[in-house]
Amino acid sequence: MSEPLLAAEHLTKTYDARRVGWTGSPQTVRAVDDVSLSIEPGETLGLVGETGCGKSTLARCVARLQPLTGGTVRFDGHDISTLSGRQLRPLRRDMQVIFQDPYGSLNPRRRVGSIIGDGLAIHHAAGRAARRAQVQELMEVVGLNPEHFNRFPADFSGGQRQRIGVARALALRPKLIICDEPVSALDVSIQAQVINLLLDLQREFRLTYLFISHDLSVVRHVSTRIAVMYLGRIVETGTVEELFAAGRHPYTRALLSAVPPADPDAADSRDPVVLTGDLPSPVNPPSGCPFHPRCPRRQTDCEVTTPPLVAAFDDGPGHLTACLHPVSENDGP
Amino acid sequence: MSIELTESPRTHAEPRPRDVVGRGPWSLAWRRLRSDKVAISSFVVIVLMVLFAVCAPLVAHVTGHPPNMQYHQEGLTPDGLPKAPSSTFLLGTDDLGRDILVRIAYGARISLGVGVLATMLTVVVGVALGLLAGFLGGAVDLVIARLVDVVLSIPFLLVAIALVSVAGPSLVITVLVIGMFSWASMARIVRGQVLFLKEREFVEAARSLGASDLRIMVVDVLPNVLAPVIVYTTLLIPVVIVVQATLSFLGLGLPAPAADWGGMISEAQNYYTVAWWFVLFPSLALLITTIAFNLLGDGVRDAVDPRIDRLVRTRQGARP
Repeated sequence: MSEPLLAAEHLTKTYDARRVGWTGSPQTVRAVDDVSLSIEPGETLGLVGETGCGKSTLARCVARLQPLTGGTVRFDGHDISTLSGRQLRPLRRDMQVIFQDPYGSLNPRRRVGSIIGDGLAIHHAAGRAARRAQVQELMEVVGLNPEHFNRFPADFSGGQRQRIGVARALALRPKLIICDEPVSALDVSIQAQVINLLLDLQREFRLTYLFISHDLSVVRHVSTRIAVMYLGRIVETGTVEELFAAGRHPYTRALLSAVPPADPDAADSRDPVVLTGDLPSPVNPPSGCPFHPRCPRRQTDCEVTTPPLVAAFDDGPGHLTACLHPVSENDGP
Repeated sequence: MSIELTESPRTHAEPRPRDVVGRGPWSLAWRRLRSDKVAISSFVVIVLMVLFAVCAPLVAHVTGHPPNMQYHQEGLTPDGLPKAPSSTFLLGTDDLGRDILVRIAYGARISLGVGVLATMLTVVVGVALGLLAGFLGGAVDLVIARLVDVVLSIPFLLVAIALVSVAGPSLVITVLVIGMFSWASMARIVRGQVLFLKEREFVEAARSLGASDLRIMVVDVLPNVLAPVIVYTTLLIPVVIVVQATLSFLGLGLPAPAADWGGMISEAQNYYTVAWWFVLFPSLALLITTIAFNLLGDGVRDAVDPRIDRLVRTRQGARP
């Protein structure tokens, strides 16, 4: 196997939380806790999990928009874990981000042409005239009217704004695009358009995606592999088929059972697994397996032992599960 | 899940008129300002006052009275008191028999000049420090924010009087003293805005493109703080003009023969019972100028702040 385009190892990100009162000791939030993942060139890794589980923080750490607390990130053969902003700059050309909020991610005081061409200007990739030609070409590629390069973000709808974000990420012809919930702020009909655009672009420009979403049906549609995140940790990772056919972790099972079946008439063999309780606070995570307070399969050892991410049963090396009592095909959910 | 492109987004083949240009926030603000009658009238008054200041030598030439010429014969009554407005001295004379109209014109140069220069100094220093403090945070922010606190807690007039008496009164000292004290509130305003702006995703987007801190500050953050800066600047000019007049009034303005409004008002104090024109006209000049700048500032604020604009519009809409 060739070297992965992106590889994170034992990535950890903690924040200092506010003290409770005067006497309370300072607390730390473990937003991302010992996460390892890798992305091969050309594939799409879908990262799913509930809101607040650390998906976006993980994306920002991987893109080095935030300093890491621990662990390493290798991108395209370089260790980027500790590089400074200046050292990162040349690598930024190959790794771009599409943001969640189509309103907040575009500077309201800049014209769209200038926003899309920003990367070209920063990296001195093209002169002024060439930049404008490239910007208009990009607008065409993402399905915007190239005549509108002189307008401001406020003149566009949410879906169009997200296309502007896509064009901006595409401008430098990156190898990897990190899509941080790129469609969750959009209407469902517009979501489909933007997702299809992303898939078209992936084929056309041989892109690799890290695709973050809390929407499993979207992730299933775009991904080749999926990583399921819970409370800052990856609890299961495998190909789309493996996870949807034989999810090992009870949390994966619960998530998947919430996805409506493709054919509503077909009898669904899986009973829905309804989770009770909320996502625990990452300031004070549960002992042992972080999922045990909500797990329908928990046993006493779950409260003590933190399960490692390993192959369960006779799974291949690509399908890893962090569970002491994984679900086998013969078990019920 | 089925994902279908119900409508192709690439159907924009129909030709569009060439002049479709997005109206930017600034152009929209300018349109709003243009329709604000009070603001435009104030602007006209300010332009007239500037013209008056620029043409001060012309005023002196037409009246035939140089600003510092003392007309002991024609300009003073036999008792040595100022003379009332007449065809020779349109706005009367002062206690030394000088033409008040000409001196107001020359005084306008000082007032507007100091107003603009000190305000520019304030804006440059305040915006730069506020931007650095808010954006870089950490130790830089700590030092600048404490400096702002210190400057804002110093009694301005006491220190200004001390400084001017040590350094001697001059135009440069006046500008520096005013700038030294007024940058702090500008820096505080900008810092607050930047703290809010730097958490916005477009700053993160710029960083992910590889933009340096300096580029993000200048290209992405600065245009977004300009609106409050412009508003505060137009409202700061009249304050600076009054402060300059105050310093002159206290005898800390320009050295003696120079004409400036605060100094004229100060000289007129002893004569207001016998020569109302002596105190009235310089005061009116000061009043008209500061009111014009304040009303223009209000108009600019309404124009660049869309929230206030919306309030005004609903209020108008509610009218029967």
